Amino acid sequence: MSASMPILSLTTFLPLVGAALILILRGEDKAVARNARYIALWTSLIVFAISLVIWFEFDRSIVGFQFEEKADWLPALDINYHMGIDGISMTFVLLSTLLTPICILASWEAIEKRVKEYMIAFLGLETLMVGTFCALDFITFYIFFEGVLIPMYLIIGIWGGPRRVYASIKFFLFTLAGSVLMLLAILAMYSIAGTADIPTLMAYGFDTGIQKWLWLALFASFAVKVPMWPVHTWLPDAHVEAPTAGSVILAGVLLKMGAYGFLRFSIPMLPEASAYFTPLVYGLSIVAVIYTSLVALAQEDMKKLIAYSSVAHMGFVTAGIFSMTQQGLEGALFQMLSHGIVSGALFLCVGVIYDRLHTREIARYGGLVHRMPKYAVVFMIFTMASVGLPGTSGFIGEFLVMVGVFQDNTWVALLIATGVILGAAYMLWLYRRIIFGELVKEDLKTMLDLSLREKIVFAPLLVLVFWMGIYPISFTSIFGPTVTDFIQDYAPRMEAQAAPAAAAPAEATQ
Amino acid sequence: MTFTDLNLGLATPEIFLAIASLVLLVIGVSLGDKRMRLVAWASVLALVVAIFLTASDSNSGLAFQGLFVADGFARFAKILSFGAAAVAIVMSLDYAERENMARFELPLLMLLASLGMGLMISANDLISLYVGLELQSLALYVVAAIRRDTVKSTEAGLKYFVLGALSSGMLLYGSSLIYGFTGSTNFSILASALTGDAGLGLIVGIVFLCAGLAFKVSAVPFHMWTPDVYEGAPTPITAFFAAAPKMAAIALFTRVLVGPFGDMVGQWQQIIIFISVASMILGAVAAIYQKNIKRLMAYSSIGNVGYALVGLASGTQEGVSGLLTYMAIYIVMTIGSFAVILAMRRKGEAVEEIGDLAGLSRSQPALAYALAIFMFSMAGIPPFAGFFGKLFVFMAAIQAGLNVTAVIGVLASVVSAFYYIRIIKVMFFDQPTESFDRVAPTLRLVLAVTAIVITFGFLAASPFVDMTADAASVLFVE
Repeated sequence: MSASMPILSLTTFLPLVGAALILILRGEDKAVARNARYIALWTSLIVFAISLVIWFEFDRSIVGFQFEEKADWLPALDINYHMGIDGISMTFVLLSTLLTPICILASWEAIEKRVKEYMIAFLGLETLMVGTFCALDFITFYIFFEGVLIPMYLIIGIWGGPRRVYASIKFFLFTLAGSVLMLLAILAMYSIAGTADIPTLMAYGFDTGIQKWLWLALFASFAVKVPMWPVHTWLPDAHVEAPTAGSVILAGVLLKMGAYGFLRFSIPMLPEASAYFTPLVYGLSIVAVIYTSLVALAQEDMKKLIAYSSVAHMGFVTAGIFSMTQQGLEGALFQMLSHGIVSGALFLCVGVIYDRLHTREIARYGGLVHRMPKYAVVFMIFTMASVGLPGTSGFIGEFLVMVGVFQDNTWVALLIATGVILGAAYMLWLYRRIIFGELVKEDLKTMLDLSLREKIVFAPLLVLVFWMGIYPISFTSIFGPTVTDFIQDYAPRMEAQAAPAAAAPAEATQ
Repeated sequence: MTFTDLNLGLATPEIFLAIASLVLLVIGVSLGDKRMRLVAWASVLALVVAIFLTASDSNSGLAFQGLFVADGFARFAKILSFGAAAVAIVMSLDYAERENMARFELPLLMLLASLGMGLMISANDLISLYVGLELQSLALYVVAAIRRDTVKSTEAGLKYFVLGALSSGMLLYGSSLIYGFTGSTNFSILASALTGDAGLGLIVGIVFLCAGLAFKVSAVPFHMWTPDVYEGAPTPITAFFAAAPKMAAIALFTRVLVGPFGDMVGQWQQIIIFISVASMILGAVAAIYQKNIKRLMAYSSIGNVGYALVGLASGTQEGVSGLLTYMAIYIVMTIGSFAVILAMRRKGEAVEEIGDLAGLSRSQPALAYALAIFMFSMAGIPPFAGFFGKLFVFMAAIQAGLNVTAVIGVLASVVSAFYYIRIIKVMFFDQPTESFDRVAPTLRLVLAVTAIVITFGFLAASPFVDMTADAASVLFVE
């Protein structure tokens, strides 16, 4: 472990250096755009390379926080700059640093106007994403978490589709409304515990009465971010209107922040309330899985379909987290990673044909396999991963979640399992309508197959999908020990809360 | 009683400002309007010297036989008010010359208003409170109507005057009731005489006093004058109104309630909670339909006062400290935003519609980014400074157990975020229209400084929070 180098701060703030470099670019528009692209790409690649150090240096046998950094910020109030990662957050840091260069490469040609600002927004976004997952101070966390709104609002609003204004404002206000309630919960916890330090708060043990209020306030924020039914309505709009790379980050990383919040804050800090509200989370997860899968079946727009499928997949994640079993939690974490890569890749797949035909309407396509065989293969692999075919990453996540949830509640497991069937239905049907069939439409006959740049974009994602599907232990070994420890710490307290509730009806019947 | 008993040394900044304004008046009269720039820069210099005098003198105590108090709280509020006034004068220069309102009285009246603010902030008696307040208000009524040849400006001045006189009447009536029921007007005596349980007459007096002061800070339900005056007054004057007098009035409000009536928190807390919640909600909702950016800023300032008053409503040292932090940040954001509004000139004409900002990020990116920073900051989005203002007042509110107020407050901030980000939408997402004229160098400087402070302010959070905590602590020393 290299204690000397502040590697987390470096990963977090290096993108800002790149952004500053782009900011000072002057000169002819075309040259500025080209330089901005290269600076952004190189910066994000260097950041990814640095974050690989985390991958190799990370000690998988240790539970608890590693690479910790601390600096005084508001010492009088015990609010400080504190960074650190454990098995839960480590993978998300890497997911963020991996997806950013891919996104920049994916927008290489798709973004033509205001390239400079676009690249600055993306690098700023990377800082905020990595910071969110590394922060170990609640106020610092909130600053990163909330700050994400600014670049994302601009990315959707400036480079988005026709209804971008509506979508960006809806995204902004929905997320803000949830987060401000979380801020109040943070302040309430702070005023009770006298510190904003996350590890201290995780061990604090709040009074059960107040926990429920705090839990609901945190839930307001995380449920919007995940998003859970019924506060998911911003997501399809935001996805449809956002540029391809924006959708990739939105689905790949931003949605994970909500689930990460449950794991980092709701359960450890408020275990009794989490147990109390588990049925609520289960209920909403079941609705999310079944209802949004059915909605996805009826979509005419490719991006909207994948957006709804995200809500369904995240329903698996929330159910897995609240099952509080080893398999359930590992499955949820695995599913989050897998979904980050697969749904990101699916949005990139949509982006590929959108860049060629400038429409996302499913009915406008058909028979692409004849003109774009390579694209058809790539799209098929990610479709299968999304469906959960064994051998791909999607299978491991969904399977583990179902095993975990089954141990806790058979009915919930049964109901979310229908999501797998429905998922296969809408994804395969989407694939059939776009790729197979006769190539009859005139404008499709001139479509070109994947370019070299697009192949480079997809290659790492393809590798990961198979790696995660075939040899998942490289990933589960990161969060496995942490999850075991997590369950040992918090499950007893959750059961203690759940037991009286279960005992009460039993006494009543006697 | 001898002359030295007056302790005049404690009031050096005010005495200096008084002399400076009289001297500048003579200079202005003899040189005429052509030398307005000279008088204006001299006024700025006078304010800077006053800031320096305030900052360098760390003595605390009573002067003028208990009518005037100098302490850490007063110093903090005065530095902010004088600073905001000085910047407002600088920003008015260019505008005044272009809009044919370059009268030497303009900076002078602003200087006199600043003197009034100093007296308000340092008032330690209901009488000196009233004198300071009226000195400030009378100067403000006149500057609101400084463009006496336009209907809007005269209407603004008249409206401000009539409603302001009414509020002064209420304030005086409240003061007389307080005097009648306690037998003193001095804050120190009141503080030691009043211990929690008060009679009905005194409560009525406090209510009237609060009503009068709520008018001055433009809190709901005494806010009606604000949008009209903000829209009608010349833009640099509006910038002045929105910053310096607000700080002074809020400081006065705080000192009156926390000082003499400090033991009666239970009685006045409900009033402040009501006006603060009402201001936050109205500021958020009423601004949504505004098309004129100055009217929007008026409603925004009503909302912002509501947030600042959350700090006062908690009635604790943390609350007052949060309030001071909030106001300091608010002043910087407001000055910055108005600098952009002042830069909204097309072919020599000032424009004020939000629609005129369309596509600003293409035509004048620096201006657009600066305003975007201020708008995100006002919406309370981190890492901009406005977030920290809200953080500290809500932290105090939660610690004081005002949970419902805090929940209403943050939800109102989401509603208000809508119109702030709508301005960003207009600048960044809409198609560009004609570009604005070249921005005056003074405005550029103001913009650059305020934008940097708002963006990177969080790095200096610790010393600043210590400062506000020190300033607030003097009000809570028994």
